[in-house]
Amino acid sequence: MVNDPITNKIEESSKERVYRKPGKLAFLNSKKVAPYVFISPFILSFLILTLYPAIQAFIMSFQRVLPGNVEFIGLSNYERVFNPTFYLALKNTTVYVILTVIILVVIPILLAVFLDSKLVRFKTIFRASLFIPSLTSIIVAGTIFRMMFGESDSAVANQVVGFFGLEAVDWRYNSWSAMFLMVTLASWRWMGVNVLYFLAALQSVPKELYESADIDGANIFKKFRYVTLPFLKPITIFVVTISIINGFRMFEESFVFWETSSPGNIGLSVIGYIYQEGIQQNDMGFGAAIGIILMLIIFAVSFIQLILTGAFKRSDE
Amino acid sequence: MKKNNKALKWIVNLCFVFISFIALFPVFGLIVSSFRPSSDLMRSGMSLTFKFSELSLDNYLFIFTQADSYWQWYINSLIISSLIIVLSLFFSSMVGYALALYDFKGKNFVFTLVLFIIMVPFEILMLPLYKLMISFQLIDTYLAVMLPLIVAPIAVFFFRQYALGLPKELMDAARIDGTTEYGIFFKIMMPLMLPSFAAMAILQGLNSWNNFLWPLLVLRSDSMFTLPVGLATLLTPYGNNYDVLIAGSVMTIIPIVILFIYFQRFFISGLAVGGVKG
Repeated sequence: MVNDPITNKIEESSKERVYRKPGKLAFLNSKKVAPYVFISPFILSFLILTLYPAIQAFIMSFQRVLPGNVEFIGLSNYERVFNPTFYLALKNTTVYVILTVIILVVIPILLAVFLDSKLVRFKTIFRASLFIPSLTSIIVAGTIFRMMFGESDSAVANQVVGFFGLEAVDWRYNSWSAMFLMVTLASWRWMGVNVLYFLAALQSVPKELYESADIDGANIFKKFRYVTLPFLKPITIFVVTISIINGFRMFEESFVFWETSSPGNIGLSVIGYIYQEGIQQNDMGFGAAIGIILMLIIFAVSFIQLILTGAFKRSDE
Repeated sequence: MKKNNKALKWIVNLCFVFISFIALFPVFGLIVSSFRPSSDLMRSGMSLTFKFSELSLDNYLFIFTQADSYWQWYINSLIISSLIIVLSLFFSSMVGYALALYDFKGKNFVFTLVLFIIMVPFEILMLPLYKLMISFQLIDTYLAVMLPLIVAPIAVFFFRQYALGLPKELMDAARIDGTTEYGIFFKIMMPLMLPSFAAMAILQGLNSWNNFLWPLLVLRSDSMFTLPVGLATLLTPYGNNYDVLIAGSVMTIIPIVILFIYFQRFFISGLAVGGVKG
């Protein structure tokens, strides 16, 4: 019906077609309706899988949720959230976010700039080898890291430490080395991805700009500062935002080393705390309250970050 | 000046050799370790020194002959990931395309919504979603694992950025030829968006193949586990299945490497479009 070429050709506006061919579904083909059909999967998924759970999370955070018995208990979940364990989880997560954001933004920019320059040979090989770690799943990566950072003297990490004449480290049982393990694991897995993001952005820097900078006698650092960096700004904002959010979502990097409980909670993250309380202790109301607070923190941090980097001041498009 | 440049070249290249070595060493370590006696590995860790005589195919023999549940996980992961790739690319590209090339009421609102959802960590919605899955009786099904990933906001965003660069005149020309709005998308515009499909196939493939926390929540029985969830059950200090864990870990990387090699030439250009305008 809608594919009839002759009638369709005559029609100018889709409205007319609806009148002329009053098929049941003909209205779906109008230019006004089609976009709504196209976006309907998103709307559906948003309503069912985002909006509804978000409202539920908010409501649950004021409830004690037991199987078959749900009661409102006011703010007492929130009052309970601010306890030493939560503060420790928040501290761990914050340190993790700061370290991963610094490592996973600064180093990839430098690597990408070098990979894009004429200085480096075998670019494809280097690029590929940097990217390969991100193909491993967190569980596989965790398995490798547990074997490398084993407690015994014969594990790789302790062999290296021993080579420098230091004593073997119980990697999974110190607070500083716990953080080291998680940050190293994340950095190892995501470095290549971020390098690719920056490399992709570098393709947009017009090469003539470097030539004119050369004529003006700019040195390598000046070129980097005044030509390269400004072009990398949008992608940097993107990567920083994603890294902050992913950092606050940290759970798996801790899970692979200690499952759900680490000695003295040295590896506990906020999401890990939600998992402990909401799933393992089955205290969903409390878990939801932690989640709401985490969300507020993430929004505040992202917002401040976007203002500081001037993301709202864009005037393109 | 020239000599200086040459020295710099050497230093930079050596640095990259070193960095690549660090990036690749753990993966090589895993592969080599998978040929070593597994009981040693978890006890004494991965070691730089080992005897060549102790290398054997035992772990792989075991996994191919006796690890039935491992292969069940593998099949589960393959089915779930392929379905997620196909469905999420299909739906997300539709949404991204409409957001880029149609003018309709509420368009900006919907796009803002997409950006907003990218900022909301999935884990915060995890508990209510988990409750929802229980009430839909979807616990322990493929569908429960797939649902949250089927319309991926980040993919919608990328598709939109890509579609912005498509020629709108083609749509009008097709309309005059009598193509329906849906025909325009499936027959004309979708083929033009192929590079972004390749990039998103890699991204969504990686995400779903390596997805862990959500499947861990909604999958209960061993026979439904995906690879990461199944392998995680072996990652305990008291386990005696390290042969499956080590050799199995190596084999989880294979499909994702194939996917990457297959689509990689589009990957950077696909990322470029999304990231630069972002």
